[in-house]
Amino acid sequence: MSNDTLSRRNFLRTTGLGSAGLFLGLYLPDAARAMIMTEHEALAADVYTELTAWVLIEPTGKVTLMCHRAEMGQGVYHSIAQIIAEELEVDLASVDIKFAQGNEKKYGSQLTGGSSTIRGSYKNSLKLSASARVVLTMAAAARWAVPIAECYAESGHVIHKPTGKKFHFGELVVEAAKLKAPENIALKPRSAYKLIGKPLHRKDTPMKTNGSAIFGLDKRIPGMVFAAVERNPRLRGKIKSFDDSATRKIPGVTNVIKIAMGVYEMDREGVAVVATSTWAALQGKKALKIEWDDTGFEHVNSLEIFSKQRELLKTEEGRILTTQGDPNGVITQSKDLLDVVYETPYQSHCAMEPLNCIAHHRGDTVEIWGPVQAPNWIQDYISKKMGIAFEKVIVNMTFLGGGFGRKALTDYPHEALVISKAIGLPVQVVWTREDDATQGPFRPGISYRCQGVIDGNKNISAIKFRMAGQNNDHFRSGDNGKANRSTSEGWLKPYFESIKNISFADVTFKTPIPTIFWRSVYASTNGFAYESFVNELAHKSGKDPLEFRREHLKEERTQKLLDKVAEVSGWKNKGKGFGMAVTECFGTTVAQVVKVSKSKGGKLKIDQVWAVVDCGWYVNPDIIHAQVEGAIVMGLGAATIHEITFKDGLVEQHNFYDYKMPRITDIPPIEVHIMENNEDAGGIGEPGLPPFAPALTDAIFDLTGKRIRKLPFDMASI
Amino acid sequence: MISLNVNDQNFEIDADPDMPLLWAIRDLIGLTGTKFGCGVAQCGACVVHLNGEAVRSCVTKVSRAAGQNVLTIEGLSKNNDHPLQIAWNEENVPQCGYCHSGQIMSAAVLLREKPNPSDADIDMAMAGNICRCGTYPRIRKAIHMAAELSKKGGITK
Repeated sequence: MSNDTLSRRNFLRTTGLGSAGLFLGLYLPDAARAMIMTEHEALAADVYTELTAWVLIEPTGKVTLMCHRAEMGQGVYHSIAQIIAEELEVDLASVDIKFAQGNEKKYGSQLTGGSSTIRGSYKNSLKLSASARVVLTMAAAARWAVPIAECYAESGHVIHKPTGKKFHFGELVVEAAKLKAPENIALKPRSAYKLIGKPLHRKDTPMKTNGSAIFGLDKRIPGMVFAAVERNPRLRGKIKSFDDSATRKIPGVTNVIKIAMGVYEMDREGVAVVATSTWAALQGKKALKIEWDDTGFEHVNSLEIFSKQRELLKTEEGRILTTQGDPNGVITQSKDLLDVVYETPYQSHCAMEPLNCIAHHRGDTVEIWGPVQAPNWIQDYISKKMGIAFEKVIVNMTFLGGGFGRKALTDYPHEALVISKAIGLPVQVVWTREDDATQGPFRPGISYRCQGVIDGNKNISAIKFRMAGQNNDHFRSGDNGKANRSTSEGWLKPYFESIKNISFADVTFKTPIPTIFWRSVYASTNGFAYESFVNELAHKSGKDPLEFRREHLKEERTQKLLDKVAEVSGWKNKGKGFGMAVTECFGTTVAQVVKVSKSKGGKLKIDQVWAVVDCGWYVNPDIIHAQVEGAIVMGLGAATIHEITFKDGLVEQHNFYDYKMPRITDIPPIEVHIMENNEDAGGIGEPGLPPFAPALTDAIFDLTGKRIRKLPFDMASI
Repeated sequence: MISLNVNDQNFEIDADPDMPLLWAIRDLIGLTGTKFGCGVAQCGACVVHLNGEAVRSCVTKVSRAAGQNVLTIEGLSKNNDHPLQIAWNEENVPQCGYCHSGQIMSAAVLLREKPNPSDADIDMAMAGNICRCGTYPRIRKAIHMAAELSKKGGITK
């Protein structure tokens, strides 16, 4: 589209809501002009007025709400809209929702990670939406020449109460956008919410039951071709030579290109096969004969990785993240020290939708369509790596068939762009399941040395945690010489009040294996080690694990959580086979109780899981239930079924036959409860995962006396 | 050229006879509701009906489907109102949603064969479908609900 075409369009973006301009999503005139207008936006600008960055209103009254974050199952496509509709006063059923393009100036960070979408934006979102409603009301009042106080908004209309006259928002929006909203608009109290707090049906469900939801792999661009890439299986090797003669004979194969994609600091080499169909590209990839040069880096073995970690933990003190009192002094003097090591494996994300991305390199502008968690990171990376102006990197989000952290990396969009640049066409790069499972980056495998002392009152007097495992930040931003900032992630802050001597340290451990966050990040492994250790100390002191926590977690909010989990699980009158744990991450605390039993044949079985979630203010309780159920299932897989292992630098798992997943036959009944309070919102996509493994292993200990300190373990072997 | 009947519509496609039905449906016919998950019949994301039977389209050669009737998620009902689709919406089953075309197509054969499935029947029929988001408890609930719904309305597919 030419600039000329753009300039002819009557683009109605206005500054609007001027006094509220401090909020994200409201434009200052210069910023608005500087902002890139994409084809999609320019075309649409003919028909709508943008009242806030998230609210587009057409003259017909049709309202479209923008989703600026990635929808990967966690429900923000729906829940962002559920928040906006509440204060804007529109019917959720009648609004459309669209994914925003990458545009940090307009939406703030769009990185969908750290369970941050709702907790990071809901206050701003409520205020903005209320401001939008107020200017619409002001516009109506002005047109009727009546006092604003006589008007109110409901269901996408402004109504004049005394006469019943009404305008729909579309009739008001052009004027409203020119008005200035007053400051300090009163927001609804929670008791007045019509939508927030209700278990409404997700608006993306219908299109996920009839095949119409467009995931990355489903996206089609006119003239696009398909590509598959054979990448170095040892992740860091180089191409010595390759023979593509068999590949080129496959009908539909059009190009074979040596490429490199940026994975953090390195360029991963591979050979791309471009074809007219996905199948031809996949076959062409299979027919390649590549000789790799795998010299110059360590070929890792899992057994060595974990034995090295244990060795390091014997002597190394590591980098201290946080410390109080004198844990070393208490530990040195103790004659009855508990000193154990826990081990957690590497994991692949294995989202159901394998990685994929469409890219079109048009010279000075590039465009991407795909299942991506971090559009702004892609803009930043591509602009630096490929020398394209930041605002000329256009990123379009589709639905994600799962993400779990992996789809925040910029490698696969970069790779697609490298291929598109070489062939001059839009191309969809399709990863096979094997590519997805073996290429990483992975959740790092970690060993934890935990030392603790019980005092005369049978409480913890000292605790010393050291972890030896890869630091994801080292790949992202280099080694700054400090401890991994996530060394204590998952650990509840109130423990610091009751345990006088405590320290967390990170024993630096590096391998050539690239790692990245995996659902609940370090809490997913820390939680197992630290909460298992609290359970072990409870047993050592002869106390009930839940009562032991009551004594160590005195803060009122945590006490209430413990009361609730005790109540719903029937803890007081429990029999054998019960275990519990409680972790906090991303602003939300979750307590879980697991009940196990053995059948007459001696087979160990999980009978029930109870989860209690304290996430403060929340939008949709049903989405919370779903996220916690799903997190428990994912935690179950990581604790008892699958792990990624390395041998001679190669990943030993390939697909779901050797990287097995939990199936419907593996799932116990799960009961989820939400604490009701007026605290700030916490995250919900991740915090349900960490407490599961330590609760399960303590339930097994309670039933069998067997202590499990290494994940994953086979339930059938207990 | 290979003739296929997909969702009651005839298509003539120029495909390598060895091309999996999955890619023929997605790339040549343009119906993208059927998903690629593993390529080796492990996950069930690609399940379609071939003459009424659930098959893994990722390992079914398109030549095997020539001249026969294929039903994909897009053809399961006209208005997203198959009892399973209604139940999936009522129970808020999908999270990311990627596997659910395959889940629903597997469940549709189960319900036709066993209108009143027990939990064990559901285990048997659905164990081949992976959901990484862990929506299994809701899948189970929704199948039971769909069984109730179809007693009232009947299932056609």
